Amino acid sequence: MAHITIQNVRKSYAKTEVVHGVSLEVQSGEFVVILGPSGCGKSTLLRMIAGLESISSGDIAIAGKVVNDLEPHERGCAMVFQNYALYPHMTVADNIGYGLKVAGLPRAERTAKVAAVAASVGLTEFLDRRPGQLSGGQRQRVAMARAIVREPAVFLFDEPLSNLDAKLRVQMRHEIRRIHNQISATSVFVTHDQAEGMTLADRLVVMNKGVIEQVGTPEEIYHAPASVYVGGFIGSPAMNFMGGMVSPKQGCVALENGSRIEIPQALAAAHAGRLVQIGLRPEALSLVPAGTGAFDATFDFVEELGPTRLYHFRFEDLMIAVLSADKPPVQVGQPMGITIAPDAVHLFAADTGKRLETRAVAMEPEAALA
Amino acid sequence: MIERTPILNIVTHAILVFGLLLLLLPMYLVIVAASHSLQDVVAVPPNLLPGDQLWINLQAAWAKGHLGERFVTTFIVSMGVMTGKIVLSCITAFGIVFFDHRLKMPIFWLIFITLMLPLEVRIVPTYAVAANAFLPFQTLLDLSGITWLVNAVSGVEIKLEWNLLNSYAGLIMPLIATATGTFLYRQFFLTIPEELVEAAKMDGAGPMRFLWDVLIPLSRTNIAALATIMFVYAWNQYLWPLLVVTDQSYAMIAVELSRLVPKFTATGGEVPKWHIAMAGTLIVMLPPIVVVVAMQRWFVRGLINTDK
Repeated sequence: MAHITIQNVRKSYAKTEVVHGVSLEVQSGEFVVILGPSGCGKSTLLRMIAGLESISSGDIAIAGKVVNDLEPHERGCAMVFQNYALYPHMTVADNIGYGLKVAGLPRAERTAKVAAVAASVGLTEFLDRRPGQLSGGQRQRVAMARAIVREPAVFLFDEPLSNLDAKLRVQMRHEIRRIHNQISATSVFVTHDQAEGMTLADRLVVMNKGVIEQVGTPEEIYHAPASVYVGGFIGSPAMNFMGGMVSPKQGCVALENGSRIEIPQALAAAHAGRLVQIGLRPEALSLVPAGTGAFDATFDFVEELGPTRLYHFRFEDLMIAVLSADKPPVQVGQPMGITIAPDAVHLFAADTGKRLETRAVAMEPEAALA
Repeated sequence: MIERTPILNIVTHAILVFGLLLLLLPMYLVIVAASHSLQDVVAVPPNLLPGDQLWINLQAAWAKGHLGERFVTTFIVSMGVMTGKIVLSCITAFGIVFFDHRLKMPIFWLIFITLMLPLEVRIVPTYAVAANAFLPFQTLLDLSGITWLVNAVSGVEIKLEWNLLNSYAGLIMPLIATATGTFLYRQFFLTIPEELVEAAKMDGAGPMRFLWDVLIPLSRTNIAALATIMFVYAWNQYLWPLLVVTDQSYAMIAVELSRLVPKFTATGGEVPKWHIAMAGTLIVMLPPIVVVVAMQRWFVRGLINTDK
């Protein structure tokens, strides 16, 4: 049990700065997922917490103690690597117990601990095997057991699931969450997969280009993205963006392509005359007969997703995606009306990309309970 | 692209067989010569079929060359050189690959270019150092004036001396440094994934612990390959042992073998006993062959680096 305080941490290699002053507070026992595209500095941040990278400036404290100059094993962290990083010449049991052996724990105690941890992740029958004889999922379990057995205060995961196939990935995701709940260590999990981020996290940290774009619960981040970047990054299929200017009189946004989109009157009044980006999630749009919606768009093609379909429309020079379960009788090149769910309009300043309105997050009851 | 046509198959096999025969012919001649009596060996035309004197000749060579004692000496030196080379190249490569420091690449290249300076090229300075291993330090002290200063102040003359001639240390140490071994180890260490190093760090293993617990077990095939090459290399040493050893009790086997080979002198000298010399050659060749055959599987794996 330990909280992590990251204060204005920077990292540079030679002259290039890759992490530009990141501050973050991770509560004790919390599961935090750092989400971002490759090269955004998320792994570097994690490795700085672990002690595998030096900290160029700023402080990282674990359980109130600044750990900048401590060796990795002195920080009370355990890490699960993307490529498992198991010792190929050791058996599963030796792999799990190596840290304890280095720490000088007597053999009997070590064996007992390894056996207990192996049982908890379902590895008991594989203890005598070598990593080379295991499947990817089993290797990942060994890597996790190796981390658990040291009873760390902080658990660090560096994209641990990206080498697994899709089905196994979902299964291991549940497993990781279960283990986290069981041992109640503080966990920091780095990934570029938003599904992993959304499902695992107590709180999500979205990073881009070495800075934190937004910190919040998955619900907050989904329903109130703090910037154009977060809006476009979180949510699949991705958010539709349209550039325009808020026109106060009619309560709408005049788009660059000449059309108008109605937005709530209060919102329009608050930001009258501003250049904005409107963000509309495909699932917040629905299809109606032409002429009856907020705007009309020309049907282009459809992607079948199983339970729903993703319709692609051309709206002047823009592409608009609409997620809908219906199967309306439209043909390629025909216009359809599109309506916008109330409260589903996201407004971002065109120059800074930051979110404009300050409306309370619309949370569904069951999401609020989670 | 590999083509498979009957004609090409025949041609390639013919080339292989030709090469094999070319390699085996001298060996065969040695065996033939070692199995005849003196008269038969020097007969014209030469005998090309083995005779029946092999065992007798082997015994004669063994006794005449004191090969029993020479085997012990040579074995001690070979094992010393082999072990020294493995340990030294492993540690050197470890320092070059896993530690970040500014001198990393210069040191590696310095080691690498010693490949161009084998012992034969630097044999005179090496001999001078072997005669007094402290000579470089003495020279430094002399040049820097410390010798003079100490002498003037305390009246003590600094004279560092450590003679390595006629000793196992003198035989072994100059042969230990190896660029080949360091290079082989370096290439292997470079294939170790960075995450494995980091996992060991997270597990709290220090550098030496990592070397011992992870790197050395993983480089077993490498060690086997290197051991094979280096054992044979040391066993066959001739020039250096010839120079550094005058005391017969330290003579190496290749040197002794050269004494079995008859010397022709202007005055005629002794009768050239080729049959004994060839029998001795057979005996001397045996240990390297045994080592290579026994280690062959590991040896190949270690060199092509596909353990796993």
